[in-house]
Amino acid sequence: MTVAEPRTAAPRRRSGAWRRALRRDWPLYVMAALPLLFLLIFRYLPMAGNVIAFRRFRPGGSIFGDEWVGMRYVGMFIQDPAFWKVFANTAIIGGTTLLVCFPLPIILALMLNEVRRRHFKKIVQSISYLPHFLSVVIVVGMVYQLLSLQGTANQIVEALGGDPITFLQRPEWFRVIYVVSEAWQTVGWGTILYLAALTAVDDALYEAARIDGANRWQQTWHVTLPGIRPTMVTLLILNIGSFLNVGFEKVLLLYNPMTYSTADVISTYLYRVGLVSNNLSYAAAIGLFQAVIGFVMVMAANFISRRLVGTSLW
Amino acid sequence: MAPEAAPTTSPRSTTTRIRDSRSYRIFTVVNTTALLLLCAVMLYPFVMLLAQSFSSAGAISAGKVNLLPVDPNLDTYRAVANNDTFWRSYGNTVLYTLIGTSIAMVLTTTYAYVLSKKHLRGRGLLIGIAVFTMFFNGGIVPNYVLISSLGMKNTMWAVILPPALSVFNLLVMKAFFENLPTELEEAAHIDGLGWFGIFFRIVLPLSKAVIATMVLFYSVQYWNDWFAAFLYLDRTDLFPVTLYLRNLIAGASTAASEGAAASGSAVADINANIQSVTMILILVPILCVYPFVQRYFVSGVMLGSVKG
Repeated sequence: MTVAEPRTAAPRRRSGAWRRALRRDWPLYVMAALPLLFLLIFRYLPMAGNVIAFRRFRPGGSIFGDEWVGMRYVGMFIQDPAFWKVFANTAIIGGTTLLVCFPLPIILALMLNEVRRRHFKKIVQSISYLPHFLSVVIVVGMVYQLLSLQGTANQIVEALGGDPITFLQRPEWFRVIYVVSEAWQTVGWGTILYLAALTAVDDALYEAARIDGANRWQQTWHVTLPGIRPTMVTLLILNIGSFLNVGFEKVLLLYNPMTYSTADVISTYLYRVGLVSNNLSYAAAIGLFQAVIGFVMVMAANFISRRLVGTSLW
Repeated sequence: MAPEAAPTTSPRSTTTRIRDSRSYRIFTVVNTTALLLLCAVMLYPFVMLLAQSFSSAGAISAGKVNLLPVDPNLDTYRAVANNDTFWRSYGNTVLYTLIGTSIAMVLTTTYAYVLSKKHLRGRGLLIGIAVFTMFFNGGIVPNYVLISSLGMKNTMWAVILPPALSVFNLLVMKAFFENLPTELEEAAHIDGLGWFGIFFRIVLPLSKAVIATMVLFYSVQYWNDWFAAFLYLDRTDLFPVTLYLRNLIAGASTAASEGAAASGSAVADINANIQSVTMILILVPILCVYPFVQRYFVSGVMLGSVKG
């Protein structure tokens, strides 16, 4: 708001402009001080703290470590077969989650979009959004109850003549459990942005398609889907960037030593190595590596999508 | 959610209604059935928890409880209600949620207001500082080291402070403030009200809807959090109820895997009914506010995605 302050046309030096801004807007800068301090301490200090990946860290010592060891910890995990095992697990779980949980909201949004009764549509939406608000502990608690020896899943297995399965102790079941519970929790909430994009599709396009003799299916294929393509691409890029950050908390709650062979992912491995066994520098090096890969993948996905479909995040 | 109502009444639907093909009528039936099935899948776990919470432990471990309680009773609720550890954790969660949300609201509203002032010198930098943290974060180990060296381990601040500013919420709020009519603020300015006066007496009262949304966003976040407590708290008297539940589940599953290895299933669901009651009691506040707040959440997501 510049009403109170007459603007001067003459160009000023930067320091003069800053002084003027401070004199006029000092309360705004004061208001910003506390949040800035917060961001500095709780966001930027940990970012800088990643240098312990290259420095030896002693508990009780400086949070930035004590002495340079260069790429030593990076070399350690690159030669660590356990690391590559969890890397592969992460890629498989992350990839499967992406394959299942990315298209599902699109399909659901298209289905909802065909519903004519508004109340029915609203009810379905409300119910499908609900799991989004649950704590991951509750979701995992539900999974444990449903998959216990007496749970619903095993009752079905027995009704079909099978023997009860200890789902949560079987490595071959872990990925299925993870992906299905993830889909259950995210599918409804994921439709919000698509439904918004669907309302923005121009009705004239449908009209034109009908005049050209397109049936409903063809209209969906040639009008609706291209209409929501920018949203799809944006969300896909974001999902690709975070796909190595496989739901750490959920894996931590769901896995146990019996399922490590398929369930252990990078973040749970670095949690155990770093915080349980106290090799903080080693774990920091792995964490940094994971972050760098995520960043590279977002950039790559962004670049490819800009080249191929002309949509990009920036 | 207002916008999604549009396609159902759009010309697309009304004109096609005249000449619905047979195949489209079949599609409608299939579609409706599929959506009903989806609702059933979404709701089933809740119904099962509710049924278990009212059933006897014996009925649950006999595998009889699915949709309806068997031997309906309130024993489990009574047992949990008499459990001091549960109530202390529950109280901790309430406390962390209240304090955390208050701090988060102060940080978010003030910073969002500052960022919404387009004339402000250095605004781009201030926005950049916040947005950058959306794409890069320190990672779990450096965060752990920081909290430890700040001496916040085993204090409630380890749970309350680190999540106290969400950049996503910040951007939603900034977008809201930017859309407020400027005339009122300008008039107040001419009347001699300072920035603080304008903020507290003009802007905040105009922003009740977005403030309510943000309060709910943060409350749900704090209410559901367990991981910060898991990392930073060792003292059980500080545990939030989510961590209490996690330990209940972890204890039961350890017993279950040992029991499965040994002989039978009796151990496996040793406290399935207690777990169910605990989960229901954690869920109740969320389920109570959910019908009223859902549309705010939705509009928050939309605002954030459009303007962010």
